[in-house]
Amino acid sequence: MADSRKFRIWRGDKEGGEFKDYEIEVETGMVVLDAIHRIQSEQANDLAVRWNCKAGKCGSCSMEINGRPKLSCMNRLNDYAPDEVITIQPMKTFPVMKDLVTDVSWNFEQNKRIAPFKPKPRDADGQYRMTQKDVERVQEFRKCIECYLCQDVCHVLRDHEKKATFVGPRFMIRLAGLEMHPLDTADRIPAIKNEYGSGMCNITRCCTEVCPEHINITDNGIIPLKERVVDRFYDPLLILWRKITGKPAGK
Amino acid sequence: MSVVAQTASPSHADGGHVGGFGAGRRTDQWWVGPALTFGGLMAFILYATWAAFQGDHFWAEPYLSPFYSPVLFMPPPSVELSMDAHGLPKHVWLADSAWPAWWPPFLPPSPAFLILIFPGVFRFTCYYYRKAYYRSFAGAPVACSVEGIPQKNYRGETFLMVFQNLHRYALYFALAFLFILAYDAIHSFFREGQFGIGVGSVILTINVVLLTCFTCGCHAFRHLVGGRLDCFSCDKSASVRHGVWSRVTCLNQRHMLFAWLSLFWVGLADLYVRLVSMGIVRDLNTWNG
Repeated sequence: MADSRKFRIWRGDKEGGEFKDYEIEVETGMVVLDAIHRIQSEQANDLAVRWNCKAGKCGSCSMEINGRPKLSCMNRLNDYAPDEVITIQPMKTFPVMKDLVTDVSWNFEQNKRIAPFKPKPRDADGQYRMTQKDVERVQEFRKCIECYLCQDVCHVLRDHEKKATFVGPRFMIRLAGLEMHPLDTADRIPAIKNEYGSGMCNITRCCTEVCPEHINITDNGIIPLKERVVDRFYDPLLILWRKITGKPAGK
Repeated sequence: MSVVAQTASPSHADGGHVGGFGAGRRTDQWWVGPALTFGGLMAFILYATWAAFQGDHFWAEPYLSPFYSPVLFMPPPSVELSMDAHGLPKHVWLADSAWPAWWPPFLPPSPAFLILIFPGVFRFTCYYYRKAYYRSFAGAPVACSVEGIPQKNYRGETFLMVFQNLHRYALYFALAFLFILAYDAIHSFFREGQFGIGVGSVILTINVVLLTCFTCGCHAFRHLVGGRLDCFSCDKSASVRHGVWSRVTCLNQRHMLFAWLSLFWVGLADLYVRLVSMGIVRDLNTWNG
């Protein structure tokens, strides 16, 4: 049986906008993206929303629902109280294009800055070999669907607007995936400290809390990178040890 | 079907997001977590500070408060100590050394001041506690997608906070304290050379177990035992380190749990020894008294 439900959706573009109220009939099992589509279909044909798979795998439908960064396709309406007005906004960290669609191209630029995978030479038979226990850690980071919810919720980017000095959690785990890769030979640690801004993260874990793929961004990605930066730049005993033994700092 | 479309609020050029401390459109009780964290940490800080200033009632044969272990120098004569068979005070490492003359006069001669600084720095630089107090004390941020205290030039853990990078040195001291507290826990089962068990023995044993789970689940420890390797299968030692790293990872996944349990329990252990020492609580034990 259909029930009525109220929504407040931000409508506008980079010039400005406002919240508009909508009321639609909803059915059991609907997610927020279904409701947006019904509003689009029945009341606001010009409502802009980015979406694709409706299965939590494409990372397109990121937005803020009742103030929390979420994928709208993965949030069921019955997670909210029946009389609760559901407020829907575009992500705060990125510039608004139209309604719920933001310009996330800054992320693509960060990705280009990262030194790519540089594998060691192949084995004598022309193969690369890795065991499962070597790649388990980096496989977790490969689950990222690039929804950029972690970038949206990161207060360094969101509130302090430090996009010039910190690449954000999504790219910290991309860096972690490369740095921990058993075949990779590139040394990104100086860049992680100086260019990508590992020191800007104060590990308050919001990125981990919002990740729809449940990647443990902070504990498994950012903190291990910070510890590798400590190895290289802040641990006086290790620095002394490298000087005595003549061992190189990189891989 | 109902069709309503109306303007509900003034114009916003920023997606409808609001600014300022505590601002956000979250409708849940986001402030409960930071408030509880603030209350819990403040309660411990206040109790530990008070207990350190007391300088007395840290010993109740055969129990020694973890806030005061190890007792390095001879405390002032006003402190009652148990003596061993040779007439020397038990548990004082340098029983021949008087309380240091360089001790600042504004501080009472309490052994706790020499001890608490080490676990204090370990917890202050711990990756879990950093999250806890950045959120609940510094408001940076106060909660996820809720704006924190405005800062003119946020620098994260660079500049003044760069010392957080020396967490692993605090870890080394914390590991040493585990051995000392384990010795105290074993010692708590012997009174006058006679084996027995008391409520205090159980409390001190649980204390060292919880502190071990907390310390060995530390992110810096996890990194040092194996996390810093890229290849776990490249040689025999790397394979062994992978096994250790995997077990430490299990503790690391519960780091917050053990951070709170060990914090609460170490305070409880001090309180119990204090109350027994003051005669307010009678220790139930197998030594008949």
